[in-house]
Amino acid sequence: MKYFLEIITKPDNIPIVGLLFLVVFYTWFAFKKARKNDSQEIPDEAKLDDKIQVWPYLVRVEFLGTLIVFAILAVWSITIDAPLEQAADPSLTPNPSKAPWYFLGLQELLVYFDPWIAGVMLPSIIIIGLMAIPYIDVNPKGNGYYTFKDRKFAILTYYFGFLILWIALIILGTFLRGPGWNFFLPWEFWDTHKVVVLNNIDLSELIGIPTKLPDNSLNIWATLFGFTFVTGFFGILGGWHYNKFKKTELFKLMGPIRYWTTSALFLGMGFVVLKMSLRLLPPIFGAYPIKYFWVTPWFNI
Amino acid sequence: MISPMKKFRESEIYKSIFRHKYDDTQRNRALQIVDNVFLHLHPVRIPRHATNIGFTWGMGGITFLLFLILTLTGVILMFYYRPTAQYAYEDMKYLMNDVAFGPFVRNMHRWAAHAMVITVMLHMFRVFLTGSYKPPREFNWVIGVLLLVLTFLLSFTGYLLPWDQLSIWAVTVGTNMARATPLIGHEGPFGPELGMRIDNDIRFLLLGGTQVGPPTLLRFYVGHCIFLPLIAAIFMVVHFWRIRKDGGISGPDTTKKTF
Repeated sequence: MKYFLEIITKPDNIPIVGLLFLVVFYTWFAFKKARKNDSQEIPDEAKLDDKIQVWPYLVRVEFLGTLIVFAILAVWSITIDAPLEQAADPSLTPNPSKAPWYFLGLQELLVYFDPWIAGVMLPSIIIIGLMAIPYIDVNPKGNGYYTFKDRKFAILTYYFGFLILWIALIILGTFLRGPGWNFFLPWEFWDTHKVVVLNNIDLSELIGIPTKLPDNSLNIWATLFGFTFVTGFFGILGGWHYNKFKKTELFKLMGPIRYWTTSALFLGMGFVVLKMSLRLLPPIFGAYPIKYFWVTPWFNI
Repeated sequence: MISPMKKFRESEIYKSIFRHKYDDTQRNRALQIVDNVFLHLHPVRIPRHATNIGFTWGMGGITFLLFLILTLTGVILMFYYRPTAQYAYEDMKYLMNDVAFGPFVRNMHRWAAHAMVITVMLHMFRVFLTGSYKPPREFNWVIGVLLLVLTFLLSFTGYLLPWDQLSIWAVTVGTNMARATPLIGHEGPFGPELGMRIDNDIRFLLLGGTQVGPPTLLRFYVGHCIFLPLIAAIFMVVHFWRIRKDGGISGPDTTKKTF
């Protein structure tokens, strides 16, 4: 436990401990407000709609907020020094080498995906997906007040993406990933020489199609299997939901472009979760973790 | 006897600076906002729920405040810092050990930067949970996502500047991703097929070399101190202006009887 205390009290990690508490608090706080609004005819925000003057009623809040922020920052800056390690040395690689904390969720994804997906495609899709939110969400309800029952799908999806796939992975990457990016429990010593069995197999190998032929060239059948699996995942799940959904009023309201964008983004998120699960869960049941779903001469997924 | 303060308030100098009186009237309260270049960002009157900290969490405003603090402390730090591999680390040591209030200013810059990343994420969380990105505020959400990306980039470029082991390796890990960019990275899908090498791909452009070195330091310095803050400031102007143009802070449509 003493190692864990050392890690969480490192100056650069203190904000992440703070972030954890803030996120938990605000999730609870917003959910409480949402449930209260859901239980009454008119949301609380609508009851406070009389106009008041900005001077002094808003300016004083801003002034107080400024004082509080300055007080916190001043105490923080006096008590804790920003880290300054040894001078930069390109020939001396520290272990573990970690990106700044806000990218550690993405660095964690490198365990499950090749860099072109984890480091380039997924961040791009996240940014584009976030920008698309206002244009694909056609639900007119829940505009300008806390609610849960009016927008269950939107809020649960955002909770999952933000709280689990972003914040929880940052926490995991910062506090539980040690040398070699190996997993360490809080009370474990970060042993640089920890030996981890690398027994990952590809998905095709699970059903008896070897990825490599005896002469070490790529097995075309494994490539075809992977192609079928990945396109099947999106095609079958997407098609199944489309068939179920196309008759609804909501589909008419959304139209095909909004629907398929939402569908692709949601299934993409599901694909990330599936890939992570098939790496993490099999060892628990004594099976081999899955490395790639689809191997090609140019890229692997 | 006339009090000196009253006399000052009636002087020509006072009247030339402040264009209205300070008596507590509705008119003066309104003028206090519209006659002030900084405060006229605000409307004169707002719905009461907009001042409720439980509704807004104040995270957008705190983010802007932190940006201002970062600008101020950042400019002070620039007086003591030379962005070359020869001097950068020496200047950091000098700043932390010999400059009066040097550690305080640097600490405040770093902790405010961490805090800003957190407040941006929380602001976004609140805006999502209150559905404030819904019409007519769709485009302002898009601007907000760009500002989130700019905040990450500002923080990331600043991370390199101390030029210690922490910064050089964090940036090495981060920029290594660019190798794998499809088409324009030398280790990305179809990159080699398109003629990408370690010395001509997108990562080379970012780093100014094949590894994080002195040219990277200068690139990140200019990006961190001039280019990115300027772009962020422009998007912030649009973000704030759009809040006003899109009807002020979000709130429930009170013309409706049921929700």
